[in-house]
Amino acid sequence: MPVRLSTIIASFALALFLNFLPWRDLRLMPDFVALTLCFWCIRQPRLIGLGVGWMLGLLSDAGNGVLLGQHALAYSILAFLSVWLSRRILWFGAGLQALHVLVILLVAQGVALLVRVASGTAFPGWPIFVGPIFGALLWPLVTWLLLLPQRRAQREQAI
Amino acid sequence: MDHTPPPFFKRGPAPLVRLFFFATLSLALLVIDARFRYVEGLRGWLALAAYPLQRAALAPFEVGERVAGYFSTQARLVSENERLRAKALEYSQDAQRYQAAQAEASELRRIINAGERLELKAIPAEVLYASRDPYAHKIFIDRGAVQDIRPGSPVADESGVIGQVTRVHPFVSEVTLLTNPDQAVPVQVVRNGLRAIAFGGGASGMLELRFTAANAEVHNGDQLVTSGIDGTYPPGLPVATVVHIERDADHTFARVLCRPAAGVDRGRYVLVVANEPGARPARPEEVQAGKDRREKSRRAKKAAPVDAAKEPETPKESDAAR
Repeated sequence: MPVRLSTIIASFALALFLNFLPWRDLRLMPDFVALTLCFWCIRQPRLIGLGVGWMLGLLSDAGNGVLLGQHALAYSILAFLSVWLSRRILWFGAGLQALHVLVILLVAQGVALLVRVASGTAFPGWPIFVGPIFGALLWPLVTWLLLLPQRRAQREQAI
Repeated sequence: MDHTPPPFFKRGPAPLVRLFFFATLSLALLVIDARFRYVEGLRGWLALAAYPLQRAALAPFEVGERVAGYFSTQARLVSENERLRAKALEYSQDAQRYQAAQAEASELRRIINAGERLELKAIPAEVLYASRDPYAHKIFIDRGAVQDIRPGSPVADESGVIGQVTRVHPFVSEVTLLTNPDQAVPVQVVRNGLRAIAFGGGASGMLELRFTAANAEVHNGDQLVTSGIDGTYPPGLPVATVVHIERDADHTFARVLCRPAAGVDRGRYVLVVANEPGARPARPEEVQAGKDRREKSRRAKKAAPVDAAKEPETPKESDAAR
């Protein structure tokens, strides 16, 4: 069952919306945009890839007022890893998939951190890596949620 | 990608090539943004694209507040009303006294031939959200170029300065908080008029008075207000309170930590104080010529306020010190 483009666009809009919510401690919150991007890169590697990741990164950069290119670099590397590993990851069950995603999210976070430190900011401390862990824990839920429209369409077809 | 597709399936360049392309593009953008600031226009357009989502992200809180307000009980409203009335009475007395004091001060200033102080114009704004980067120490407010916000304007809440507008988009503006390590405010100790510069302390949420001589007369509990000598911050706005002083014989400068007076990371409503460019006197001629040098010596002057009196004769020395 092919995925509809509107589903993908709506999910990215929702992820950006969640990222812009005024969270109390931003370090502990997962990056929803990274998670959604990772999901679509794994599920639809021919539709969603580095270009989309890069644009989303630019939007995040401008919205957060950080150096233009920080999230863009991190998200394009994340998209590359996800597209590259997509076939391998889809073989596993939800738990092992989440482990792969954890590594990908950690790499992306590390890249963003590296850019930040290179631009002269002090090291923000280890809690910054808690966000990706929460993100990986959310992976089964994200999978279930984002596949919901397709599954419903499938069921309707069967009836 | 363990197999290569047959050439008759058009798939565009290989992922690794694309990664290389986008990574190079990102790095180029990073360097351009950090060094030259040529991409502000692009940033403005991107911020405009993100604006509806940012507004939407705040809607649930606004709705929640409205619902909570609807259900707030009579008793609470009455008590709040009473409290506010008492406060208004208190403030009205202060306001009357302030007017008298203002008249007296302007009279005195006229007698000693000092320039008139200009009335400040303030634009109220609401904090939209904080930057996702927890170490950026930036917030975004819901007023922008359309509402005549200018970059560089100081931002304050009801108890003191919280930061400065650093970027202005059409509908939102970015405010760098005092606690940002790159943010500096020229301050003055209320008790004795000692000038200093407060730098942001980063994650600690404190401010630090750098380049304060070890024997400078600063005590715990001293109030710091803006000195106004930079022409950006109007004088007399509360900034911070000194909470900790370390004097070490090995170092030339004392380590002075201060707690911000305003709720730098709290509060939802702020005031953007409009700084009129015409309010400042023109720079002297010969200093205009060497603009770069002036910048340097001005910063050095701020850096060594104790030596401010003899500084103009020795700009080279202070440059070296910096």
